[in-house]
Amino acid sequence: MSERLQTLLQDAFPHAQDVEVVDRTGGGDHFHVTVVDSRFAGLPLLDQHRLVYDALAEPLADGTIHELRITTRGDA
Amino acid sequence: MSDLSDRIQQTIEAEPVVAFIKGTHEQCMCGNSERALHALRSVGASFTAVDVLPDPVIRQELSAISSWPTIPQVFVGGELIGGADIVQELAATGELEAKLNEKLGDSWRNGGEERTVSVADRENPLRLVP
Repeated sequence: MSERLQTLLQDAFPHAQDVEVVDRTGGGDHFHVTVVDSRFAGLPLLDQHRLVYDALAEPLADGTIHELRITTRGDA
Repeated sequence: MSDLSDRIQQTIEAEPVVAFIKGTHEQCMCGNSERALHALRSVGASFTAVDVLPDPVIRQELSAISSWPTIPQVFVGGELIGGADIVQELAATGELEAKLNEKLGDSWRNGGEERTVSVADRENPLRLVP
């Protein structure tokens, strides 16, 4: 499941300096994703997280993701 | 718009600081909700909690209003501030206090009072949860 999230994020953030997906419990439904992308620079955190939610809309909607932590940064 | 959606909207607009969480302020049922409440407590903010667990429709209607897919959701002065990660980060950088000051003046510092209300009760929309 981490691979699916990784792919979705990389597709949504093709120029990201870093995309990391951690399965926090090993159960395939509690994730911590980190995206470092210069497009975040200057964007409010709320909008940064919205972009990540947009990228993961499908696994969020179908219940694959039970819990999600997000870390976003605009600089590497 | 459904009655429930109206009650959620009214709660967002009426409460200076409101956190939609899984559980109540006294018995939080989710780590992320707990992190959001901890962040609010760390700056001494009074807040109102709304438990989304009694009815899954609460969560659906809330997300339809806010366009934010996950719980918790923290609103200040009617505006979505974010979920657990954002509120925690804003608290750590001092921006949460700045946002509270900007939206609410000094009124949010009234003693760190906490309560949980229900939006599921049709007759009395802001019933306190015992």
